[in-house]
Amino acid sequence: MLALNNYLIVSAILFAIGTIGVLTRSNAILIFMCVELMLNAVNLTFIALSKYLGNIDGQIFVFFVMTVAAAEAAVGLALMIAFYKNRESVDVEEVNLMKW
Amino acid sequence: MENIFFTIVAVVAVLCSILVITCKNPINSALSLVMTFFCLATFYVMLDAPFMAAIQVIVYAGAIMVLIIFVIMLLNVRTEAGKRTSHALVISSIIGFFVLFETCYFLFRSTVRENPLESTLINRIGHTEMIGRALYSDFLLPFEITSLLLLVAIIGAIVLAKKKI
Repeated sequence: MLALNNYLIVSAILFAIGTIGVLTRSNAILIFMCVELMLNAVNLTFIALSKYLGNIDGQIFVFFVMTVAAAEAAVGLALMIAFYKNRESVDVEEVNLMKW
Repeated sequence: MENIFFTIVAVVAVLCSILVITCKNPINSALSLVMTFFCLATFYVMLDAPFMAAIQVIVYAGAIMVLIIFVIMLLNVRTEAGKRTSHALVISSIIGFFVLFETCYFLFRSTVRENPLESTLINRIGHTEMIGRALYSDFLLPFEITSLLLLVAIIGAIVLAKKKI
């Protein structure tokens, strides 16, 4: 059986890549996809630790994370459509109505 | 054998996730993200969690990514109009490496008292049955609250995407 650290390091790399993506891209849909990538990196950590600690609870948490991600996708994409109707773009630089 | 397979899948996962953040066209990013999800599903199978692998493919690669690609095509987002300035790239790279360093630092300092779930046990009982038992006994209240969350998300999405807000 593989060591636990292998899975955790892959998960950490994916999370870091997701963070860089969220901070560098300006397209709202791409930022959204990077957030999904970060959520998946955390899911991998949960399942790896659930297997190696011998406790099924981590996998139940992954189940809930997936539900929240689905709800987030529905509401987030509806927000983007509403924003696109107003500004004709999904660029986050255009979201400046409440900027001081 | 398992080591080689793990290495191949890990390399593909990391490369595809790098493609997600570097591709100019959002559709290419979305397809790379689907590939990353499939690699993660492979990891779940290797970790004796076949039910999680199945819902990873069905819910993430099936439902959520179809929704995202649908919106990309609906809004006709081709490429990014204005690139962000280079200092955003520098700062975000520093933060990304800091996150990676921090997690690896804690990883190598910590000790985990390993007590793995046996594959034979999972094969005998069945993974889906284990998940189901835990979900309907210990986690019944969170499970019910989840249904409320999905209802709120449906209503919110319909209200937000209406013609007039």
